Amino acid sequence: MAPTPIIQVRGLVTRIGRQTIHDGLDLSVRRGEVLGVVGASGSGKSVLLRAIVGLQPPTDGEIRVFDKSLNRIRAPERRQIEERWGVLFQDGALFSSLTVAQNVEVPLREHLMLPVDLMEAIASLKIGLAGLPPSAGRMFPSELSGGMRKRAGLARALAMDPEILFLDEPTAGLDPVAAAAFDQLIRRLQQSLGLTVFMVTHDLDSLYSICDRIAVLADRKVVAVGDVETMLRHEHPWIRSYFHGPRALAVARRLGN
Amino acid sequence: MTNTLAWVRWRRLEWGLSVAMGGVWRISQAAALHHKLREIPSVGGVIALDLSELQSLDTTGALLIDRTVREFRGTGCEVRMAGVQPEHASLIETVGQAFRPCEMGPPVEGAITRLLAHMGRATLETLETVTTSVAFFGRASTVAIRTFMHPKRLRLGATVRHMESAGVDALPIVCLMSFLIGIVLAYQGALQLGKFGADIFVVDLLAFSILRELGVLLTSIMVAGRSGSAFAAQIGSMRLHEEVDAMRVLGMDPIEVLVLPRTMALVLTLPLLTFVSDVMALLGGGLMAWVSLDIAPALFIERLQVAVPTSAIWVGLAKAPVFAAMIALVGCYEGDQVAGSAESVGHHTTRAVVESIFLVIVADAMFSIVFGILDI
Repeated sequence: MAPTPIIQVRGLVTRIGRQTIHDGLDLSVRRGEVLGVVGASGSGKSVLLRAIVGLQPPTDGEIRVFDKSLNRIRAPERRQIEERWGVLFQDGALFSSLTVAQNVEVPLREHLMLPVDLMEAIASLKIGLAGLPPSAGRMFPSELSGGMRKRAGLARALAMDPEILFLDEPTAGLDPVAAAAFDQLIRRLQQSLGLTVFMVTHDLDSLYSICDRIAVLADRKVVAVGDVETMLRHEHPWIRSYFHGPRALAVARRLGN
Repeated sequence: MTNTLAWVRWRRLEWGLSVAMGGVWRISQAAALHHKLREIPSVGGVIALDLSELQSLDTTGALLIDRTVREFRGTGCEVRMAGVQPEHASLIETVGQAFRPCEMGPPVEGAITRLLAHMGRATLETLETVTTSVAFFGRASTVAIRTFMHPKRLRLGATVRHMESAGVDALPIVCLMSFLIGIVLAYQGALQLGKFGADIFVVDLLAFSILRELGVLLTSIMVAGRSGSAFAAQIGSMRLHEEVDAMRVLGMDPIEVLVLPRTMALVLTLPLLTFVSDVMALLGGGLMAWVSLDIAPALFIERLQVAVPTSAIWVGLAKAPVFAAMIALVGCYEGDQVAGSAESVGHHTTRAVVESIFLVIVADAMFSIVFGILDI
């Protein structure tokens, strides 16, 4: 029997105002995989991420994380689940009045009673794991570049040693070199920490190089899930134009060689 | 749930120390482990570390192990690890490579240095505020003059919109506030004047204080709190999102687009609000005079006409546009000073309210002196 998926979305319907974003969406994420979620702009990728982490209440359907239904759990249980995932928002969403180190310490202070020196050591470790120099600890988010903000956001997302990492377009706005480094960082962390990664992305390079499986959002549903090979063979018009477009071919050619 | 706990055990041996670590080394156990690890005596010699009973490990657990090993090595011990599962070994290695003590906060300075630095910074900031604010008001004036020479560039749509939010929407609260102030004033006046049997002079007291001073002053303070702060916050968050820069690049002058409509809107609406406030305060005062002093409405109105010259109304209303311009310009200026973070928006919004109220009161005092000299 296959192990229960770590995230399971069944029949999700999301309506914002009069607009239906998702209509009967099904998706499951396996433990320990990197799942890339792609789709056209406005296809509801980020909304799906927000729905899973509980920022966007679903109109209908069920979302199960760690085999618990998020629609029906009470606040203390919900808190326990929130300690077990980390979210990296598009621009890091760092608290602008706190330094990077303090940002990383926020979840530690909120959820645990730790001695100060241990907390500082944990914050330093996460900042190091995210690939930031030690001097970044005392900088404020407004002093950081876009790439560093993402790394700082990643450090904060990793603070509680989560089992699932949600990434919202982690490489958007980074130059190709920084984006590739960020991809490798995520892959390395995922492998050494045994994370499950749920990644919303536009970046073909990320899809090809670090995603185990890809889920495609179109027509308010997940129309296909599978690895790159599956996507290349798929008949759906949007998937065809996405994976057979000039950019995708360029990436495939480069990585194929 | 003993099986979810993490444990450390150690035993002194003739050649050193045998330490066994086991259980679930996760962040939830970190505080307890941190203290337990501190209890391990430092004996020197060889440390035999047995990790074979470790059930699970996360980066925090790995950090604690890595730190313990480093501390032992620092005291000259030889550390031998045994029974490490390969995935734990690689995690400990990753953590050991990634861990560098971070610079946490700004360095802590001594009290005197801090005091001096604080004073110096405050002085420089004050000087800078003087220059930037003078520059801002100068720029606003020139842009205003230029725009009025080309009236087509006046943004009437935006002006009317701001008139609605700063004026029409403020009506209920201004009415209520003035009505209540009228009641309070009449009541206090009645208490004191009643002692002399000079009840009827309550009308004079009410009319002069409200028409000349309180109506316009209280309305200005209300508007500074409602609209001055809103202006600062609006422009401030636009600055944060680079909207002001976008305007500039598109060839629009932020002062013409943002500051002038807001200023014009307040200059036009504050006198009207003041008039409404005057009327409502007299209404409240009249009601109170009727109830507590038996001064009938007809008598009240007659006394008003006899005792109060129309100039009293004009004195109050004449101040309104000046106060309005101050509130709007200070609000916009503070919004323009926002930089960096969301906290800065809050900081400058507060400053906008405090400064504009302060300036309004200072200006009111100067008006009093001028009117006194002119004998109005």
